[in-house]
Parts: sequence; C-alpha cells; structure tokens
Amino acid sequence: MANQIRIRAKATGNVVEVKALINHPMDTGQAKDKSGNLIPEYFIQTVEAKVNGQTMMNAQWSVAVSKNPYLAFQYNGKKGDTVDLVCVDNKGETYEGSVKVR
Amino acid sequence: MNRRSFLQNAFRTGALASLVTAGLALPKQVWAAWNQKAFKSKSYTDAVGELYGNNALADSDNIILKAPDIAENGAVVPITVESELPNIESISILVEANPSPLAAEFKLAPGMRGYASTRLKMGKTSNVHAVVKADGKLYKATKEVKVTIGGCGG
Repeated sequence: MANQIRIRAKATGNVVEVKALINHPMDTGQAKDKSGNLIPEYFIQTVEAKVNGQTMMNAQWSVAVSKNPYLAFQYNGKKGDTVDLVCVDNKGETYEGSVKVR
Repeated sequence: MNRRSFLQNAFRTGALASLVTAGLALPKQVWAAWNQKAFKSKSYTDAVGELYGNNALADSDNIILKAPDIAENGAVVPITVESELPNIESISILVEANPSPLAAEFKLAPGMRGYASTRLKMGKTSNVHAVVKADGKLYKATKEVKVTIGGCGG
C-alpha cells in the first residue's frame, strides 16, 4: 500500500506539528451507489502515532471523519525525531507512514 | 505449523491461556480497541458516558474549538481543538445531530500538546462539542455549525 499516507512534520522551537493526509474512502454505510444499493461501512477505525518508536497518540475514528482524512497534532519534540503513523480500517487493512521532523 | 494446529496445541497445553492471563497477548489490542458502544451511541451525552465512564461535562474557556460558522459542504468541515489545560489525556469531537454523534477521539500521552485537527462530515446544522479530559475531569466547548449541503447520504 504505497503512498496511502502523506505526512509532514515541522519543528518550531520545541513544538513539532505533524500533518497527515490519508487516502481512504471513509464510506459511512448510509450512502447508496448508482443502482440504489447501500455501500457498506468502510473506514479507518484507529490511528496510532509514534515518536522515535514510542506511542504518543491513539485515535479512534468513526465514519464521520471525511473522505481522505486530514489529521494534525502537536507534541513537544525536536528536529530529527522520527514520526510513524499506523492506521487500521474496519477490514483490518493497515496503512503506515513515516517521516523525519524537519 | 499452521494456525489451526498451533491454536489446538496452545489450548491443549494451556500455553495461550497463560499468555492471556499474564497479559502478554492482549494489552496492545485492549488499548487500541475501537469503542463500539461509544461510537454507536445515538446521543452525544451517552457517547461521552460510554467513552469516559461519566458524562459530567463542565464548560471551559480554556478550550478553543475552531469550526466554521457556516459549512457550505457538510462532507468536509474543518474542526480544530486546542487547549492549554494541564495533563490532557484525551480530546474528542462530537457532532450532536449526526446519526452517531461521536466522530473522533484522540488519546494523548504526556508530551503531546492539547491540539487536534481534522475534517468531519456533518449531516445537517448541529452543535459541535469538543470534550477534553484533563486531570481526570471532563471539560467541553460547544459551537454551532450551520450546514447548507449535508455530508451524509451523498
């Protein structure tokens, strides 16, 4: 699953802001397709953020997060940190992204 | 060894059971488990109760909830929550009028700043609540977002 996650992290002083865009349809289970059939729920349920291997954030999402989710968070850190994101959807598929803080 | 025979062996010897009781096999999944009950709750206060164990919310001036006054497209409503409250453990965002109000919860480890930003779907005009758990207490900020085109049902 290449390029599922685009992620950027920038340090300003001792605050690092991480911004990520994840490619995912985030189907709500309420919309219908052109022939009137319900499109089943298909969405990212958990997002874990790690800094230098240590878990810093665990997010849980519902279908209400928009298609191709955007996520931003901040932590006390520095240039050169490694930030990893691991997303898991309700079909058990995992998407991972990693970036070095600039 | 395939998975089935591994499992059978494990149960026969009790190895898996002891792994579970020793807490070695499960803790990560327990922490990251998706909170089905909270996410399926139909009212936002029920969702808060399922998520945090109680729903005693105190209004706080120390939570900044950034959201548009009017969202022209309910499918993509940018929401940002910021707070300087000490010892923040969790930030969650709830859209009161959505079929399931709880949209997202962010559990934060020490060292994280009180900041979370994302984009949500809103079915119609609704109050949006930002709930912050800090020092074991629950605080909230609320803002109404008017939606001109709904984001659910397409």
